Amino acid sequence: MTNNLIKLLKFIIWSVLSLITIIPIYWMILVSTRSPVELFGKPDFSPTFFEKIYWKNFIKPFVDGVYSEYLLNSIIVASCNAILVTALAIMATYALSRWKLAASENIFFWTMTNRMAPPAAFLLPLFLLFSLVFRYDDINLFDTKIGLILLYCVFNLPFAIWLLKGIFDGIPKDLDEAVLMDGGGYFTIITRIIIPQAAPGIAIAALLSWIFAWNEYLLAATLTSVYARTIPTGLAEFVTTTGTNWGSMAAVGFVSMLPALVFISLVQKHIVAGLTFGAVKG
Amino acid sequence: MTYIAGDNFRKLVFDDEFLLCVWRSIKYAFTTLFFEFVLGFLLALSLRKSFPFRPFFRIIHTLPLVVAPIVVGAIFKLFTVSGFGPLPHFLKEWFGYKFNYGRDAEQAFWLIVGVDIWHWTPFVTLTLLAGLSALPKDPYESAKIDGANPIQIFFHITLPMMVPVLLVVVFIRLMDSLKAVDEIWMLTSGGPGVETRLAGIHIWRSVFESRFYGYGSAMSIFLLYITIVICWFLYVIMTSKQNQFHDK
Repeated sequence: MTNNLIKLLKFIIWSVLSLITIIPIYWMILVSTRSPVELFGKPDFSPTFFEKIYWKNFIKPFVDGVYSEYLLNSIIVASCNAILVTALAIMATYALSRWKLAASENIFFWTMTNRMAPPAAFLLPLFLLFSLVFRYDDINLFDTKIGLILLYCVFNLPFAIWLLKGIFDGIPKDLDEAVLMDGGGYFTIITRIIIPQAAPGIAIAALLSWIFAWNEYLLAATLTSVYARTIPTGLAEFVTTTGTNWGSMAAVGFVSMLPALVFISLVQKHIVAGLTFGAVKG
Repeated sequence: MTYIAGDNFRKLVFDDEFLLCVWRSIKYAFTTLFFEFVLGFLLALSLRKSFPFRPFFRIIHTLPLVVAPIVVGAIFKLFTVSGFGPLPHFLKEWFGYKFNYGRDAEQAFWLIVGVDIWHWTPFVTLTLLAGLSALPKDPYESAKIDGANPIQIFFHITLPMMVPVLLVVVFIRLMDSLKAVDEIWMLTSGGPGVETRLAGIHIWRSVFESRFYGYGSAMSIFLLYITIVICWFLYVIMTSKQNQFHDK
């Protein structure tokens, strides 16, 4: 009896919590589908988007404006970064997991600080590096997609390595030796044994890298100006403009949230491992 | 460019504006940590045994974690903006409470704290839940045989065994809130005035708006030192030999 009561109580508490989580997001979706006139007055939570959608909120930034370019930039940066990070992480993790490196403890601390360091502390040096140091004639990394792709490796790679480390450690070394006996090289070991065995983990690492790169704002805002701006920087542009177009802001916010909504059920089991660098397993 | 030795750092120690921003950051970090921690621990404990729709609630609870901070800022800007935002409207209609974070510094501070709680409590919950489910079963069984009540079990068994995971959560949350910029910038832009201007925002602004490159770098290094100290504690805990949760 008391057991069922506790279950009911938990159900009620969690329903309220879920409502608190969902309502602000739901409100943004509502705002993105309404015309400016419909917004003011008493807040109306009824799902009016089933009846009619005020498409102008989406058309204005994405068709008339530059936000479709931002969106494309974001997709290119996040995807290339995820591919690069995964490829590098597989090789790095294999090395860390199979050989005893001299300073592997220090490598761990170093990768962790890369992820944990406040980006505000690195903005200026990065800005100077991107615009003045890494240059060839008048080609530099500032305001390029390549610059962002390389930069995001700095904080995605540590996380991917520490997510994969536990998985690679679990693959028996006997298999490696069997391949070496049969005359295969390390490349064969990685492509024929490691990747198929660790495929789910690798997919999760790639997916989370993709999401982190997609979500990043501060570095993208500082190191791009016109050609490589991503969708979060585009969203932040609404802050400074006077007489904000709330509907368009909600529309851009909604679009930049879509990947999160799509991937949520895939990543939800692994997000803990991802955010604690594999210190705590989800 | 002239060499000015430690002048930037000397200036930093007496710069009230910057120190106030650091103090705000620390206040913000510890306030959010306290609420997220208590709430997250309770929720993690409640998630241990199954109840109707538990997997569904878990997915909903995870949702804020994958939403970009800048989007969270936008979501809450739309939710709390005076004019059509539901929060000020209903606070006024139901409680007669005037909510306008653009004017009131106190409200602005609690708003950014509230948003951070909304965004990151799930992280605490899920991490602690992972820690809880990795605990060994034997001590619980022997405690039950010895006739311990649930409160005694919690304080004498669960809490001591959870210490490493708790510390990991504390340090990660502290570091994350010390470097928080995105959502606060989107939400309040540091305002009203400079009341919600945290250290990260202050450095970012003084470098890229006011162009104080040298002084900005000095402030960056100061912030970096604080973070490295915390990071070192985290590293020591994560790699210490006793704890079981780190997969070696």
